[in-house]
Amino acid sequence: MTAHKNHVENAPQQHPLRVYLIVWGWLFILSACSYLIDYLGLQGYLRWSLILMFMMLKAGLIIAFFMHMKWERGALSWAIMLPVVAVLAFVVLMALESDYTFDTRVDNFGPNTVAFPHK
Amino acid sequence: MTETTQPPQPKAQKPQDGWAGVKADWSSDQRVFKNVSWGKAMMWIFLLSDTFVFGIFLVSYMTSRMSTRTEWPETSEVFALHIGGTELPLLLIAVMTFVLISSSGTMVMAVNYGYRKARKKTAAFLLVTAALGASFVGMQVFEWSKLIKEGVRPWGNPMGAEQFGASFFMITGFHGTHVSIGVLFLLILARKVWRRDYDTGKRGFFTSRKGSYESIEIMGLYWHFVDLVWVFIFAFFYLW
Repeated sequence: MTAHKNHVENAPQQHPLRVYLIVWGWLFILSACSYLIDYLGLQGYLRWSLILMFMMLKAGLIIAFFMHMKWERGALSWAIMLPVVAVLAFVVLMALESDYTFDTRVDNFGPNTVAFPHK
Repeated sequence: MTETTQPPQPKAQKPQDGWAGVKADWSSDQRVFKNVSWGKAMMWIFLLSDTFVFGIFLVSYMTSRMSTRTEWPETSEVFALHIGGTELPLLLIAVMTFVLISSSGTMVMAVNYGYRKARKKTAAFLLVTAALGASFVGMQVFEWSKLIKEGVRPWGNPMGAEQFGASFFMITGFHGTHVSIGVLFLLILARKVWRRDYDTGKRGFFTSRKGSYESIEIMGLYWHFVDLVWVFIFAFFYLW
């Protein structure tokens, strides 16, 4: 067996510390904003859309910079990011399913009662 | 027959970018991940599988919360802390969030100093990360015991929908386990860095691969993933 020389270099991930510090700062700010949603008691669609927005921003920053995804080749990032779409599809399916379950429960047991009254 | 003909050596091609690059990498009939070591690629694939595990936990939580007729407990009140007579909503969870984000920051520093071969700084940042992770788990233990004392069980609780307990213990428990395992490995890595394993290329105990500072980057991927999962748990379980 011939010695297979590993000619592909594993380029060290060297990036200026400043980038990381800025991202770190933003993560703190965004977390504080998420907490403020609850502290200020925002409700309804405003609450949900803000929660989702801050969540996506934080997740994006962590994946892109802290996990170096921004600097990886497309072959890796698409291989990892694309399958996650399956989870989103599953969310949609189960949301439809649970709406149905809720309706059947209301039809059969009436609204807002204890489902398993054993206590 | 001593003479063998050498096959023509393919010219080294410059890696392409964009979609053309993705296509070329995946159809190259060689290794797909060109500039990524197998250790790093495998960590990413493990994290993808872990994404599915946590995804399924969160989906099952969504399903039970959407389909129950009983009111879901008010998380803002359940996780409130009473300090000096005032009730602060979600305070402990907010502190836990900040601790975990801080630990992600110190992890990034460890990876960075690792590639600069600053041995002592790397080890120090790894230890700080481990300490922050351990304090996160400590706060989770506090939170668990508080809720258990208040009567929250996987099969019921006095605050509302019965599925709350099962979702809470499952999701935060699995996440806490991830953090604990991470702390353990951070300590192992800190020891390896400290005794110069990655400077001398000393072989590891499990794969007997030569040690290199890349191990810290791979550890970092895991640690940031744990932080990433917490972002989703914080949004969907605590804030929603």
